[in-house]
Amino acid sequence: MTSRNERLATYGVLSLFTVVAVFPLLAVAAQALGLPHLSFGAFTEAWRQGHFARYLTNSLIVVTVVVVVASALSILAGYALGTMEFRGSTALFYLFLLGLMVPTEAIVIPLYFDLRSAGLDNTLPGLMLPQIAQSVSFGVFWMRAYFRSAPRSLIEAARIDGASSWTTLRRVLVPVGRPAILTMVLLIAMWTWNEFLLALVIVNSDEGRRTAPLGLSIFQGQHQTEYQLLMAGALIVATPVVIVYVFLQRHFIAGMLSGAVKE
Amino acid sequence: MSGRARPPGEPRRIGYLYVLPALVVYALFLLWPLVHGAYLSLFHWDGLTLGTWAGLGNYTQAFSDPSLRGSFWHAFVLLFFYAVLPCCIAFVLVSVMSRSRPRGMTFFRTVLFLPQVVAMVAVAVAWQWIYSDHGPVNGTLRFVGLGGLTRGWLGDFGWALPSVGLIGTWVEIGLAMVLFLAGVQKIPVELYEAARIDGAGAVREFFAVTLPGLRRELAVALTLTTVAALRNFDLIYLTTNGGPGDATKVPAYEVYDRAFNTGEVGLACAIGITIAIVVFILTAGITRVVEGRS
Repeated sequence: MTSRNERLATYGVLSLFTVVAVFPLLAVAAQALGLPHLSFGAFTEAWRQGHFARYLTNSLIVVTVVVVVASALSILAGYALGTMEFRGSTALFYLFLLGLMVPTEAIVIPLYFDLRSAGLDNTLPGLMLPQIAQSVSFGVFWMRAYFRSAPRSLIEAARIDGASSWTTLRRVLVPVGRPAILTMVLLIAMWTWNEFLLALVIVNSDEGRRTAPLGLSIFQGQHQTEYQLLMAGALIVATPVVIVYVFLQRHFIAGMLSGAVKE
Repeated sequence: MSGRARPPGEPRRIGYLYVLPALVVYALFLLWPLVHGAYLSLFHWDGLTLGTWAGLGNYTQAFSDPSLRGSFWHAFVLLFFYAVLPCCIAFVLVSVMSRSRPRGMTFFRTVLFLPQVVAMVAVAVAWQWIYSDHGPVNGTLRFVGLGGLTRGWLGDFGWALPSVGLIGTWVEIGLAMVLFLAGVQKIPVELYEAARIDGAGAVREFFAVTLPGLRRELAVALTLTTVAALRNFDLIYLTTNGGPGDATKVPAYEVYDRAFNTGEVGLACAIGITIAIVVFILTAGITRVVEGRS
């Protein structure tokens, strides 16, 4: 059995790295809130000067649309690729999988020129569509894995009852698959909320369409060393994701670590 | 009837209909830009006037131009800080505690993984302060009497790259630890007990039990952190903007810089495609090497 010393060493190591992990984040929160004398002065000033109300609203709109559309498309495609046999289904799956490995850096430049010639630059749809495409790549991978693991008997029972493929999906598989769907929704929401490069390239010149991370980077450029203000801005941008993460960390960790899982 | 017998009512061609909507968006906004980027990478183009055919000229320039070669070298250095360092530290730490099953794991896991979910912009703001003239790093140095070593770390020609690299280490170390912790819990305690009965010391135990037991997790961790090291535009742009001079320029940053600041769109696309290919090769390679399959 493990000795007392080993156990102490384990807790020592874990505690040390826990401190390392939270120190920068706690420093942000402490300075933003003017601890130890709790004051929201910097917070309200950053909120006002940084136009964060507008930027957070934009982020919320983008995240909502991307999550709803990408999830719906991923469930449909994952369902077909996971439960049906048709010619080319494996090739299609690998095609979607390819997207997981394509870095944004590789597509952002042509994307900018494509969106510009389509009149979609500096529009929210122009920012949403590429992120839906990226999310679908993960979503199809994720949902296909769920549909493949769903008990075959469940699908067959529904079929014997005369259910169409659509009814089987809606009435049986989607309700049973809520945990898998929730994980996908959370990850897509986080990635979209945190996305910086696409926002920088696609909506940068229109102040009214900037997202929260982009807004913070502009704010950072204007207040170089006013750390208290910047920390307040950072807190505003990071907090929504962190709160959701703290309550549903299991989903985040499971999903993010699956990214490198192969067949 | 032809072909194999299928369960009655097994849907087939309707599958295409289910896949179609996802495929359309994916093809238009991910696959097409990728193909378009590969095409643009074959031209000298400033984004405005008519481009001229370059063949593979942009690719040869990416490896011959000294400042671009420098950026690939920087990426290589960052690979050490993003992937090698976190995985090594996490691996050793986790194997030290492999024999105990600590309580409160959910808490530790949640906190260790936290840097992965925070927006990179916020991470950049926090670390700019940490590295600033009156930040905690310089404060600590002054406190222990090493005031002579203080500097603006991100603005220092020699120190900027390792300083940025350590931010990457900070972000990735939790990911590696969480992966290995999960893996080590799956190694049966009996294996450790057997090793002990055989008189194995900590080192023997590490190579005989922990390392083989964590192969898969190591492959996943190395893959994820390596990809993160190559896709690090956000952190570079937000902390140093490639500076001072070219000191922290990396390929991911050059893509943006060349396309929008110096008007070398073809070259930018060539660098982007190169990153994608390198990511692809490394991902496949790491899995093979670590998992020992061919």
